[in-house]
Amino acid sequence: MNEQIVQLQQEFEEKLAAVTAAADLEEIRIAFLGKNGSVTSLTKQMGKLSPEEKKTFGQQVNQLKNACTEKINERQAALAKAEMEREINSMPEFDVAVPPVLARGSYHPITLVQRKCEKIFRSMGFTVEDYSEVVTDYECFESLNIPKFHPARDMQDTYYLENGQLLKSQTSAAQNAIYRKYRDQLINEGKPIRAIFPGRCFRNESTDACHENTFFQMEGVMVDKNISISNLIFFMKTMLSEVFERDIKVRLRPGFFPFVEPGFELDINCLICGGEGCPSCKHSGWLELCPCGMIHPNVLREGGIDPDEYTGFAFGLGLTRLAMMKYGIKDIRDLNAAGLTNLSQFTDDK
Amino acid sequence: MLISINWVRDFVDLDGINIDELIHKFSLSTAEVENEIFYKGSDLSGVVVAEIKSVEEHPESKKLHLLKVDAGDGKLTDVVCGAPNVRAGMKTAFAKVGAKLGEIDIAPRDLAGYTSYGMCCSEKEIGISEEHGGIMDITEDVPNGTDIKELYEIDDIIFEVDNKSLTNRPDLWGHYGIAREIATLAGRPLKNLETADLSVYNDLPKVDIKIEDELCRRYSGIRFENITRKVSPVNMRIRLFYCGMRAINYLADLTNYLMLEMGQPMHAFDSRKVEKIRVKRFDKPFEFKTLDGVERHIDENTLMICNGDTPVAIAGIMGGLDSEIVDDTTSLTLESANFDAVSVRKSSSRLSHRTDASMRYEKSLDPEMTTVAAARFVKLLMEHDGGVKVTSALTDEYIKKFDKVTLDFDKNFVDRYTGIEISNDTIVKTLTSLGFGVKLDGDHFTVDVPAWRATKDITMKADIIEEITRIYGYDNFDVNTATAPLYPVRVFEEKNVEEQIKDILVKRYSMHEVHSYIWAYADEYKKLGIEVEENIKLSGAVNPNIETIRRSMIPTQLCQVRSNTSFDTDFGIFEIGRVVDGLDEKGLCREKKMLGITLFSKTLDTEALYFKLVNILSVMMDDIRHKPVSFKAVEADHAYIHPKNYNAVLCDGKELGKIGLVYPTVLKKIDKKANVVFAELEIDAVVNSENAGIHYEETSKFPPIDIDLTFVSEKYAPIKEAIETVNSDLIKNVALMGTYSDEQGKAITVRLSFVHPERTLTKEEVMEIADKIIAILKDKGVALKG
Repeated sequence: MNEQIVQLQQEFEEKLAAVTAAADLEEIRIAFLGKNGSVTSLTKQMGKLSPEEKKTFGQQVNQLKNACTEKINERQAALAKAEMEREINSMPEFDVAVPPVLARGSYHPITLVQRKCEKIFRSMGFTVEDYSEVVTDYECFESLNIPKFHPARDMQDTYYLENGQLLKSQTSAAQNAIYRKYRDQLINEGKPIRAIFPGRCFRNESTDACHENTFFQMEGVMVDKNISISNLIFFMKTMLSEVFERDIKVRLRPGFFPFVEPGFELDINCLICGGEGCPSCKHSGWLELCPCGMIHPNVLREGGIDPDEYTGFAFGLGLTRLAMMKYGIKDIRDLNAAGLTNLSQFTDDK
Repeated sequence: MLISINWVRDFVDLDGINIDELIHKFSLSTAEVENEIFYKGSDLSGVVVAEIKSVEEHPESKKLHLLKVDAGDGKLTDVVCGAPNVRAGMKTAFAKVGAKLGEIDIAPRDLAGYTSYGMCCSEKEIGISEEHGGIMDITEDVPNGTDIKELYEIDDIIFEVDNKSLTNRPDLWGHYGIAREIATLAGRPLKNLETADLSVYNDLPKVDIKIEDELCRRYSGIRFENITRKVSPVNMRIRLFYCGMRAINYLADLTNYLMLEMGQPMHAFDSRKVEKIRVKRFDKPFEFKTLDGVERHIDENTLMICNGDTPVAIAGIMGGLDSEIVDDTTSLTLESANFDAVSVRKSSSRLSHRTDASMRYEKSLDPEMTTVAAARFVKLLMEHDGGVKVTSALTDEYIKKFDKVTLDFDKNFVDRYTGIEISNDTIVKTLTSLGFGVKLDGDHFTVDVPAWRATKDITMKADIIEEITRIYGYDNFDVNTATAPLYPVRVFEEKNVEEQIKDILVKRYSMHEVHSYIWAYADEYKKLGIEVEENIKLSGAVNPNIETIRRSMIPTQLCQVRSNTSFDTDFGIFEIGRVVDGLDEKGLCREKKMLGITLFSKTLDTEALYFKLVNILSVMMDDIRHKPVSFKAVEADHAYIHPKNYNAVLCDGKELGKIGLVYPTVLKKIDKKANVVFAELEIDAVVNSENAGIHYEETSKFPPIDIDLTFVSEKYAPIKEAIETVNSDLIKNVALMGTYSDEQGKAITVRLSFVHPERTLTKEEVMEIADKIIAILKDKGVALKG
């Protein structure tokens, strides 16, 4: 072995051992293997040698070159790995046990319940209608077959305004307008009327945990040539099962409302006990949920629809009551009180 | 209303029928029944009729007596009794050892040194009245040891019908009407009501009756003398008591009994006070004392019963004190009349006095009933008091009858309404049982509606459907879907817009949706020093907080913000709600649906908070209509608004609403250290603004050049206008980078982004455009900084 080569190899080993950073390694590579590096320079001495010596020396130089390259690469990989480990180790471990601050908004619970109902009814072919809150006596009473001296018109129940208009006491106030809006399509094109109309209603009563003067209802109607009581029961059962996301039993009892004939009180099996009887259904197993019935002939006639040719059903759902049932809201006044500590809990519910 | 099954049994044979099931059926087919059913007498046993054979004073007690009682078991029983009315020879109700009186088990008991083997009972103790002044004094001649329940109708089943569910059924306000329903439901016949034949008195003089007002449809009267009975028969008292009425005296009890039986209210006058019965209203108001001793104000709308010109009773509501039956009354006049339902309801609500009679009259009672009820009254009176003498003919003034109602319909009509098959036979049977006259010709029905259903309840053929179906039973219906063509359901644009607004504000801006009242809540406004603005009011309002309808949602929201200042340092609320903007030319309310937004912040300064809301509105309109909004300064139009920075929010030059700050005094009352901004937009204006839609444009492949320019100005800098004047296609975007104020004035930095679609721009050509903008602004006195 050429002494020069041995010495150079020794020198290389020593320097390599002292390397701690990638930059130093590059320096060594240039110093030994670069264009003018000490290993490369060795080949320049070859000219002085005999062909025999040249061959041996050349082989030895190549071996040295290869050995150095390999060692540098090895070292480089080790340094890169160490660097990566250092980077990984330098990353702190986050404390995810600390609960995050949920900075987000909220929908009013009525919006959530209303959206859900609207979705169900739309899927069954019902349009969603909107109506004003200030209405006329005709809209709220007269067109609904509520005679002039019916107790429902009394001052103690209805908020009348100074100009003779009133704050609608029931969503039914929209019925007449809806019949008039769709009657031509019904009569000329045979398109049945299917509509729901959610809205705010007003009743003049003192408020407590169970009573409000401002609350939401949702009314629905369906009118076509042969709509029957049998259809009404089917629709109510199907819709309510969707609303409550379970199979609901319904029960009809006679109920009197001037704008329907026959009129019914619809009960559903108690959602808490399933019909066994519990304090919340007063041990009857049933909950009175919504008034409904076959639309009174006078009401259809007033809406421009011939009751001898068409029949229909109507029903009312208390959206406020549904929201209270769904979310376990005990005090109805919380809904209009705008207390953000309460309301901010209703983030979304699809 | 409380219903006694015993009373119903007077008219329908219910033997072998499960009463609980029957009541349940009634609740599903007729009217709502309250949950609790009372089984009267079920907790009473071992009480018999017993005779008190001897009474001795108790040696150590002034109150107690020592009795020997014969309870019919062949021996005398020792009893210690404290009742004041105890006497030898008296028959009473005796609870033997082993008897049960509700919770009490009777056992031998020591009373002051003597053992009592049983207890003599008061009526209250056996649960048949409130009477507790002494032990029962039994006058019936029955053997000792007879079970008290055999002697009196103590065992009974009582159920309560919800009065509200009887609103449209005047015929169900008495037991006979209820019995008719129950007979139909049970499939049993209804017995006839037994009455006296009053035609035998036709030759006697008439009562002087004249109806001078059409609010009285019918007035029937008859006179009696020589009524000696003072206390009602026990069974009658038990029924009254079980049905919630207190026994008063025989005559009052009998009129009440008739009312509970037939639903017909009656009144007995002292004949001396009603020689000339006149039914009329008075021209002038006056005070009148009713028999409960209360002075009542009678106005010109209240129908009165008079003796000539002297009022003696408020028609259909209550009799007067002066004409009441008194101890020396020897002759009485019975009123059985029919008054206009609306008139009675209105008078009773004016007087704030609702009686059992008025409650019934206001349901539109059947006037055919007055004479039948009078005949029933006479029948019972004669049975109870043999010495009674009728001293007048039945006198009947009947000036206004209801029309007879006859309805015609086909089987087909029933099928269409019900959607199921109910046979002709079932229809005929049901209607006949309910008292309708039915003729069937092929498939055609002709139905006569009975008088008791024809006062308002049943007027058209749709009403007949309910009669058929409720008795058929809704639980027995086959349920079927409707077969109707399907069409796509369109969502109305207004609904879309509202839902989008809610989603954007909740999801993107973390705002909270609230609800509120449509009226201006004066007390809350006051806390902020906001005056309630003049607007349409509720008529007859008594509460100043529920009186004036609001013109704007903003004061409402400021109050809501005020009550939530401890919720968080920064929050926003919004609501889509209604306001009334005065009246239109027809005098109708100009109702508007508004979006109100209010932001509250303790961390942002006024300007930053203001621009946050500007940004929200801009993003909102960009999402909903893909259009920019612009702002235009306007004068503050309400006292609670800060005069500065009040801007109209415009889209396409049309006003959507306003954005503004709160007047300093109001702001300080909300929170001394916070800022508040608000905006109110009209939903219709947003909906009606045009939707520009998304216009896709291929973006340039060449890099943009951004130039930041900072201008300094004392006042408003028309940068936007200058850029528009230059009108260069190469300006792709303008963004406000920030503002700050220093000694030179207010500095505004904007970033202009220039892009050419087909090549890279040079700095020079970009600066050329920028220089034009700078020059235009310089002319307007706005300098480039530095």
